[in-house]
Amino acid sequence: MTEQLVLNYSIAGDDFTKAGEAAADFKTVLKKTGVPPDIIRRAAICMYEGEINMVIHADGGDAEIIIGADKIEIILADRGPGIPDIELAMQEGYTTAPENIRSLGFGAGMGLPNMKRYSDGFDIKSAPGVGTTVKMTIMLPKNRE
Amino acid sequence: MEILHSVTLDVEKCKGCTTCIKHCPTEAIRVRRGKAQILSQRCIDCGQCVRVCPHHAKKVVCDPFDMLKDFEYKIALPAPSFYGQFKNINDVNIILGGLLKIGFDSVFEVSKAAEMLSDLTRKTIKEPKDMRRPVISSACPAAVRLIRMRYPNLVENVMPQIAPVELAAILSRKQAAAETGLSPDKIGVFFITPCPAKVTGARYPIGGMPRVIDGAFSMTAIYKKIVGVINETEEPEALSSSGIMGIGWAVTGGESAALLNDTHLAVDGIENIKKVLEDIEDGRLPEIEFVELNACTQGCVGGCLTVENPYIAKTRIKRLMKYLPVSRNKFESGVGNKNLVTWDNQLKYSPVWRLGEDTTDALEKLNKINELYESLPGLDCASCGAPSCKAFAEDIVLGIASEEDCIFRMRERMQYLSGMGDADSYLPPPFRKSGEAQK
Repeated sequence: MTEQLVLNYSIAGDDFTKAGEAAADFKTVLKKTGVPPDIIRRAAICMYEGEINMVIHADGGDAEIIIGADKIEIILADRGPGIPDIELAMQEGYTTAPENIRSLGFGAGMGLPNMKRYSDGFDIKSAPGVGTTVKMTIMLPKNRE
Repeated sequence: MEILHSVTLDVEKCKGCTTCIKHCPTEAIRVRRGKAQILSQRCIDCGQCVRVCPHHAKKVVCDPFDMLKDFEYKIALPAPSFYGQFKNINDVNIILGGLLKIGFDSVFEVSKAAEMLSDLTRKTIKEPKDMRRPVISSACPAAVRLIRMRYPNLVENVMPQIAPVELAAILSRKQAAAETGLSPDKIGVFFITPCPAKVTGARYPIGGMPRVIDGAFSMTAIYKKIVGVINETEEPEALSSSGIMGIGWAVTGGESAALLNDTHLAVDGIENIKKVLEDIEDGRLPEIEFVELNACTQGCVGGCLTVENPYIAKTRIKRLMKYLPVSRNKFESGVGNKNLVTWDNQLKYSPVWRLGEDTTDALEKLNKINELYESLPGLDCASCGAPSCKAFAEDIVLGIASEEDCIFRMRERMQYLSGMGDADSYLPPPFRKSGEAQK
């Protein structure tokens, strides 16, 4: 069996002071695995943006990360309000974040576009009133050395 | 390369308590056989353990002062933070004159070289984007070593430039050789340092450039030698030739202020540095052009080889700077050649935290670590000799500790072997499971 490492995080929705903690922990773990630095960076950005999104829009959610020898999968699931128009939400700069959150420097409308840009596979499913699930895949180079 | 750290242990004094291992920012210390051992690869010589050790068992090995006699001509390179150590001295020249009284033939202020480097950086930072932004200062060796081992994505942001003291060493040796006609190896260049990171930095230049400093003396040792031979009433020789910008490097914000741009960040304290580096790594500080990092609180005046409380030293530095010119040194006229101050190579990532040879191996270890960690008490008591249960779990998997080093594990085992009593009677109160928890 190929070795996998599964990380689970429960993202609190109401607490901005903790937003980004899961991404930081994930990044620390990645640095211990010997995954190349540029991949660590991309994976960390994907996770961070996703985590912040769940905090801002969905009152938190759950993150499951599966690190394998060939890829990293990040699955973010929330039970938030859902996204009525995904195509619109994917546009750079489009934001529904309230003013008080934007004044903190979040909600610039780059979250989802960045997650898509920095991942190799990006899948989003959302239903209004039910929630949103984002699945991102980041491929790892074949066994180096 | 295995390096000899300046931070070392006084085995006699060490009681094997766990204070240092809990405070070490890189988890580089373990207690073994009753003594604190430094894991060389992880140590960044920040001096945190020196500060916190209640038994003064952590010491900094500087060079012996009598090595002056090995050289025909001796030059002192005082760090600007040195100026903040003296009470009632309102003229830098008195302090520099004191250095001549204790055996040095001349002085070359590190602040002078700092001004030249600031002048250069002011220009290069405006140049087209040939460096990753934000540019991170390479002046604090402890911060640079931290980046090298923990922030693979930031090594390219570190400014590939020698430290002011290295430039001071190069220039002063050249100047002295020209003036005296002595061959450069007869000239001894000695740094008066506020911290152990710079002692190690003098021995093993962080950018991989050749060594240019012959010895490093602790600020405390030199302070003791000159405090008795100087006084505030003397009329000193005009030896100082640096201004506000150079001397300002002694405190956090000085190096950044000398760049005269307002998109910089000046951070001090290792924990604060870690937070800011995480933010930079995740691209969260897009508007910042330059980052100054100082491992010590308040900057170099907070180094563990200084005499004075950093806050007082800072106030004194501000007072000394008051009537000085802004800057008295230019890069073009002082150095000229940019190659002289530029590292040959970009800083390289040194993955001391990587757990395995390849990803599969590392993942396997991480799984074992997590599993072990779940089974540990989570008290982070450090009785096992590791700073936390998490670090202990890692140590076990890496083969440098054994599960039974955990005193709780050992109790369980003893109980199993003796086969009597209930589990609780073997546990200290915080871990007993029977009885009602009180609200």
